[in-house]
Amino acid sequence: MRMGDFKQTYAADEAVFRSGTVRFWLVVLLLALAAFPFMVGPYLLYMANLTGVAIIAAVGLNILTGAAGQISLGHAAFVGIGAYTSAILTTKLGLPFLVCLPLSGLSAAFFGIIVGAPSMRMKGLYLCIATLAAQVIFDFIFVHWTSVTGGIRGINVPSAELFGYKLDTEFKMYFVTIPIMIAAITAARNLFRTRVGRAFIAIRDRDISAELMGINLFQYKLYAFAASSFYAGVAGCLQVYLLRIVTPEHFPLHESIRYLAMIIVGGLGSVLGSIFGAIFMTMVPEALQSGLAMFQGMDDKLMSYLFPLQTVVFGLLIVAFLVFEPHGLAEMWRRVKNYFRLWPFEH
Amino acid sequence: MATQPILSVEGISLSFGGLKVLSEVSFQVNPGEIFAIIGPNGAGKTSILNCIGGFYRPSAGRIFFGGEDITRTSPDRRAARGLARTFQNIALFRGMTVLDNIKLGAHAHLRTGLLSALMYWGPAHREEMALRERVEHEVIDFLEIEPIRKQAVGSLAYGLQKRVELARALAMEPKVLLMDEPVAGMNAEETEDMARFVLDIKEERDVTIVLIEHDMNVIMDISDRVMVVNFGQKIAEGTPDEVQHHPEVIKAYLGEKKG
Repeated sequence: MRMGDFKQTYAADEAVFRSGTVRFWLVVLLLALAAFPFMVGPYLLYMANLTGVAIIAAVGLNILTGAAGQISLGHAAFVGIGAYTSAILTTKLGLPFLVCLPLSGLSAAFFGIIVGAPSMRMKGLYLCIATLAAQVIFDFIFVHWTSVTGGIRGINVPSAELFGYKLDTEFKMYFVTIPIMIAAITAARNLFRTRVGRAFIAIRDRDISAELMGINLFQYKLYAFAASSFYAGVAGCLQVYLLRIVTPEHFPLHESIRYLAMIIVGGLGSVLGSIFGAIFMTMVPEALQSGLAMFQGMDDKLMSYLFPLQTVVFGLLIVAFLVFEPHGLAEMWRRVKNYFRLWPFEH
Repeated sequence: MATQPILSVEGISLSFGGLKVLSEVSFQVNPGEIFAIIGPNGAGKTSILNCIGGFYRPSAGRIFFGGEDITRTSPDRRAARGLARTFQNIALFRGMTVLDNIKLGAHAHLRTGLLSALMYWGPAHREEMALRERVEHEVIDFLEIEPIRKQAVGSLAYGLQKRVELARALAMEPKVLLMDEPVAGMNAEETEDMARFVLDIKEERDVTIVLIEHDMNVIMDISDRVMVVNFGQKIAEGTPDEVQHHPEVIKAYLGEKKG
């Protein structure tokens, strides 16, 4: 227990950011996020935007898989549904960005509920295969329903417009992506303070006694699917406006697996873990690549061996996490925090 | 006429494949009493609780709760109507703190939906605060578990876990509390504490209690009426004293006298 930090009301005790120190660092972090785009070039901003999108999608998957315990191999497909929804609404109907954004989330949530329906009868691996089927089916539709999705060539999308202001650079998109990301994180954190979030965790931990506590399992599993795919849909919409194009190549099965890897590396069931995991999975491959770029031009033969190696290194990192830190980066962060809590005094 | 029974089980039978687990068991539980079910291992005691809780569906017979037929009602609806349950092998949510486990018990009494949960604004916030206050006063104080409220359930000693499970059931504000072996595996002191809590719950909160237990001292001390089952059939019912001297019961527990 932290000493000298006593609460007088239940509201203070239930707050997310419980002490002045924590709130101070939160403000510092927000200021740093606001100052970031003025200090770096377009490439880093592009990476920051992609990471923001990945965080939104990962937080969504962590609601479904980490908290409610329903493994999904179809998360990329829901991101895709959000992406195609906004691409189609923009190009065919000319709807503005601010309307497309919630509609992308809602359409993904709608399909999420349909895909989640088998969860009434199926659990664990069986449900996992059902979501895998959904991934394959949606992928097939993206490729083959050419008249709507544009087939493998995809759809080109004009840059987003917000109140008549064109969001045509990474710099401008940053100020849309990051606030939406913060809102998404806040909402997820709130969810876990209320009866709905608790019910999700109860279903994961012991579904039989959850039902005897008065939780309607089917209803809450569908809630989890809906919330999770809404997040995916919003992420998909942002991704379309970042890349200005949507093709089926953006949402293959291994993208779904990448999202799963994010929440496993970050920490299952933890909002903070989804953030860490998304940053890790987006940044580490880039870091590996730019690390290799230093060897560029030394020896062509050597390079041809080294480049495939980055995939191997990346895979090893994930395996190492599973073995040495199964609770993910969030747990590492908690330990570091605990160490410094009484620093420099040992306890 | 006597008061209407709060829980009435009429001729329930249950079988798994060819195995007959319960055959035509009937009994009635009156409001405000402690009703104990005893019997040798495998007699079907837990199956009776599972039928009342809705986890098993009996193949025949009916179950009435507060005068209404609940035989076909889903477990979560039964819970919402005031039927709470504790388990023989603790069934807490291990990934959560004690406090969250207890709050979960109140699930059916809360209204926050998915959208307002995401916002945590106004009503959702007020509801959570009211819940915290109620849980603190009515459950945590009552069961004397203040020091462990923020701890993860998995790290607690066995006896405490049992107490947290009772706390979670109390947060459901039940009318009838089904307890499956509440003192199994406890030491003398923990057993005494638990027996005291069960009596307090009955007296201070007007909760009717149906319990299964192997500890005969506890049964004889706290229960108002006892039902004995063996091989899925009811063999005796009465006050603890009557049951103790019932020839069928002695036969079931000690075997028949030879010669």
